[in-house]
Amino acid sequence: MSAHAYKKKNPVWDWLTTVDHKKIGILYLASGAFFFLLGGLEAILLRVQLLYPEFDFVGAETFNQLLTMHGTTMIFLAAMPLIFGFMNAIVPLQIGARDVAFPFVNSLGFWLFTAGGILLNLGWFLGGAPDAGWTGYAPLSTTSPGNGVDFYVLGLQISGIGTLIGGINFLVTIINMRAPGMTFMRMPLFTWSSFITSGLILFAFPALTIGLALLMFDRLFGSQFFAAEAGGNPIIYEHLFWIFGHPEVYILVLPAFGMFSEIIATFARKRLFGYSAMVFATALIGFLGFMVWVHHMFTVGLGPIANSIFAVATMLIAVPTGVKIFNWLFTMWGGKVSFPTANLFAVGFIPSFVLGGMTGVMLSVPPADYQYHDSYFVVAHFHYVIVGGVVFGLFAGMYYWWPKIFGTVLNEFLGKLHFWLFFIGFHLTFFPMHFLGLMGMPRRVYTYLSGQSLDEANFAATMGAFLMGLATIIMVWNIIQTSVKGKKAGNDPWDGRTLEWAIASPAPEYNFAQTPLVRGLDAWWLEKRAGNKAMVAAEPLDDIHMPDSSILPLVLSLGLFIAALAAIYSNWIIAIGGLVITAAAMILRSVIDYHGYHIHKEDLPAEGREGK
Amino acid sequence: MKSNETMTKLPANPERATLDGKNKFLGFWFFLGGETVLFASLFGVYLGLRNATNGGVSANELFELPLVFIATMLLLTSSLTSVFATMALKTNHFKRMIGWFVVTGLLGLAFLGLEIYEFNHYVHEYGHTIKSSAWGSAFYTLVGTHGAHVFVGISWITILIIRNLRRGMDLYTAPKFYLFALYWHFIDVVWIFIFTVVYLMGKVG
Amino acid sequence: MKRWRNVWRFLPLLSVIALALTGCGNEQLTAMLPKGEGAEMQFNLMMLSLYIMIGVFVVVALIYTVVLVRFRRRGESDNEIPEQTEGNVVLEILWTVVPIILLLILAVPTVMTTFALDEGTEKVPEGATVIKVTAHQYWWEFEYPDLEVKTSQDLYIPTGERVYFELVSKDVTHSFWVPTLGGKMDTNTATTNKMWLNAQEPGTYYGKCAELCGPSHALMDFKVIAQEKEDFEAWAEKMKEAGSQAASDQAAQGEEIFANSCIGCHAVGSEGGNTGPNLTNFGDREKVAGILDHTDQNIKDWISNPSEFKPGNNMPAFGDQLNDEELDALVVYLQGLKVEE
Repeated sequence: MSAHAYKKKNPVWDWLTTVDHKKIGILYLASGAFFFLLGGLEAILLRVQLLYPEFDFVGAETFNQLLTMHGTTMIFLAAMPLIFGFMNAIVPLQIGARDVAFPFVNSLGFWLFTAGGILLNLGWFLGGAPDAGWTGYAPLSTTSPGNGVDFYVLGLQISGIGTLIGGINFLVTIINMRAPGMTFMRMPLFTWSSFITSGLILFAFPALTIGLALLMFDRLFGSQFFAAEAGGNPIIYEHLFWIFGHPEVYILVLPAFGMFSEIIATFARKRLFGYSAMVFATALIGFLGFMVWVHHMFTVGLGPIANSIFAVATMLIAVPTGVKIFNWLFTMWGGKVSFPTANLFAVGFIPSFVLGGMTGVMLSVPPADYQYHDSYFVVAHFHYVIVGGVVFGLFAGMYYWWPKIFGTVLNEFLGKLHFWLFFIGFHLTFFPMHFLGLMGMPRRVYTYLSGQSLDEANFAATMGAFLMGLATIIMVWNIIQTSVKGKKAGNDPWDGRTLEWAIASPAPEYNFAQTPLVRGLDAWWLEKRAGNKAMVAAEPLDDIHMPDSSILPLVLSLGLFIAALAAIYSNWIIAIGGLVITAAAMILRSVIDYHGYHIHKEDLPAEGREGK
Repeated sequence: MKSNETMTKLPANPERATLDGKNKFLGFWFFLGGETVLFASLFGVYLGLRNATNGGVSANELFELPLVFIATMLLLTSSLTSVFATMALKTNHFKRMIGWFVVTGLLGLAFLGLEIYEFNHYVHEYGHTIKSSAWGSAFYTLVGTHGAHVFVGISWITILIIRNLRRGMDLYTAPKFYLFALYWHFIDVVWIFIFTVVYLMGKVG
Repeated sequence: MKRWRNVWRFLPLLSVIALALTGCGNEQLTAMLPKGEGAEMQFNLMMLSLYIMIGVFVVVALIYTVVLVRFRRRGESDNEIPEQTEGNVVLEILWTVVPIILLLILAVPTVMTTFALDEGTEKVPEGATVIKVTAHQYWWEFEYPDLEVKTSQDLYIPTGERVYFELVSKDVTHSFWVPTLGGKMDTNTATTNKMWLNAQEPGTYYGKCAELCGPSHALMDFKVIAQEKEDFEAWAEKMKEAGSQAASDQAAQGEEIFANSCIGCHAVGSEGGNTGPNLTNFGDREKVAGILDHTDQNIKDWISNPSEFKPGNNMPAFGDQLNDEELDALVVYLQGLKVEE
């Protein structure tokens, strides 16, 4: 990395106090990867239990904990941090900035997520993990015995705050810190997607915050929000949850869409087809995403008028999504498409996600949904779009951006093996589930009775899960091998189109020695085609101002963690103590002056100056 | 930097004169957007449960408008004084700004005091608690969350004043005071809605 | 290599389609072989949406295949840079407008059917059968207010007419689902939901709970027994008159044990509590506790330790309180509680 460590730090302290978006990105990616493996293990255990009818591998209570944690972990502790990891690692580079708008808040977001993730999983060791589903519907969640659901409520609340401030950070970064010449309509699609996703986060998470808070109040303080006897109504929780929950799935998938736009264009050697339409479609999907939440509640009994309105709104979202699929296809049409692993996942995503979108339209029909809802048909649908869309995107992004983040290249042979095994396993697991649902198998069932024709499809689904597990092991092996003795990467291994490929791999501490001047869309590709070896600079070489690192984000998060844990056990003194620690950290942050430090221009390495 | 009556070296709108200031300004507006959704959700919950009195006291019987009116006036006035403080900030009149913020904080404290008295009265005279009915839960959560925001605001301005009294205004501290003022206005607007939806509609609706 | 890719892609699909086509599921449970008016309407909409979506998929697949075959980079040495096309407005309009039209084709019957399925639920037609369903952790309570009948687990309905349900839940949210006859509706604690089902032919249909409600959510099965109208009315008459009955000494002994140990929660006829299922026609039931085969041994095992079979359920274990002889007597008594021959 940089040749000038102004404050000689021991590496552990460095990573605990860093506010550098690139390091925070790596922290998010590593944590997300860990939780992805954990969530995957939970899934395999679920599928083993469902291998045979009335099988006795894990009991009913454990199964409910496994299914709750599988969903919660995958969505909140794996997918979201991995997405934030890529946003952190890449977006500032793509817009020609030196960091995000609020580096301290960036670090805080990571540590809050970590605290929440640990808290969520503590239940496994402390009497039982949450067991009311990742959706946590009241009254099941408010009456569930033991402390499991308390870990859910508080863990998610803390993580959620981290996500929310992360969203604000990227909104401000993208609006205020683009390099000169980078108008909004010259931003790469991944940055656009990150921007719109951040807007979704800002407006969706507060609804979850309230939903969780009400659950917490009912469980810990005896309030009556969801207690029918005292005038409460659990449907209120469902509304709050899904007002958050539907935008949440677009929060997950839009960044993946952005990644695919970059990857498909790069490996077709052709610019993205219909850039303006793609931007508009992404924004429209984001906006419409707030208008459809009741399609998760068609069977709640809200009446035919409400159901019809939301059915039509849901069908509408298919239109901009379809526009995107066609634009990706036509990006490749007329191009010169090559298939390194990143593009295998991108190309594999297209039919997989379209299948998921098809079942989405089928689900949008309320009368049909009266059959599909809460059956394995829905499980099939959302895994098709989340795995086929989000997970494939994350894998693709990993193979694509690994060189930029770590300076090495992942092994291609292992990558292809990973892709094929995972792709086959994925379809083998989730395609039969459509039929299981139609044949009458509800979801979230720890077993099924024999003689109901559900046996073969369940067996096939479990086989697919084993395949995906094997593929994941191969991926982990690839990561370990590459980390130990990986092939070194140059600046621009893929002949990329966007600014991040104009600088060294991995990027230097300050990203750009001189902020680049952007002359059009696909700024780096333009310069290369004009015969230049580097970006034109938009400013003279000068001292670079860097933000101070700080241990306060960790301390602040620790305070909340302590407070939450104490609250779960009704130890209010310690709980207040934890809040005091958090408040103290916030006060210190406010009263201490943080002016940062400078990297002097004389110390910038010669290559760095030319942006090579 | 010493505190002077006017700092002729600072530009107008010092709170937005640096990249840091611009970022904080935009970031805080976004934060308030998120807070809007937060309170909107609480209002939604309240509206859904406003009649769920569980056989206990109702809004009409419980609320005493004179008290609530005084509280409202206190908070509205504190918003006005924070406007005066902001005007002083923009024209670099440090001492004047601090003075108005002190008044703002004191008015906020008075508001909180009244609210604590009000809650205490409900609990002890009427048995109206967060547990007594779904409406009670919604009432205390919505109004209580607002009260907690007021408390945080008062703590915030107190710390800002104590910390920065000696150093005066510069491009580093200006955004901090400005953000507080934005926050305080937001809290005030939320109160307008609470006054209308909870108290007025409770008496009339 | 390209053709391999396409084959590999569809192989798992084909194998599973083959699996699925070995039968569209269990006749008494599957939604794919509808036996109810509602289920048929729903199936038709499913097919309509499926065909429209398959049409879209075929178009996408065609373009996709052409792209993968024709526009590959031909090896490492192929360094040609293709033309950097910005876009095409006509295409954008085409693939915006055509999907909108397809969705309109779907939306109209969707809205119509949504309203049709709600027909009559607010103001039930004169003479229709109305059933109040209360869902519990982990059993189903059925009350026929007009016929003065209460029962549980096995739901008797007449065929050939719309039967109207009022759905509510006692403890947590459950969901009432009989896939072969129609779609599901949640049972909420704070509101009552209304729906109708119309079985077209007599038979026994499987019902499931379709909302996570605790550890035994998977075991909350119930049965719908659809009968010709006269048979149903006869059944209802008998249920209305039915009470406790003991046909032998052993049964009488069982009846006494029941009166001491069970009647606080379980009613037979109009006598007894209602925290547990009504057992008036227990001897006629398809299953014990909704899931176990209706054998003497299973009944004994269930009463001895219900949590072994339905984790988390509320019935206490009687294995310590009742010895083997007492249990045998109880079983004889329970098996004798019938209204059918």
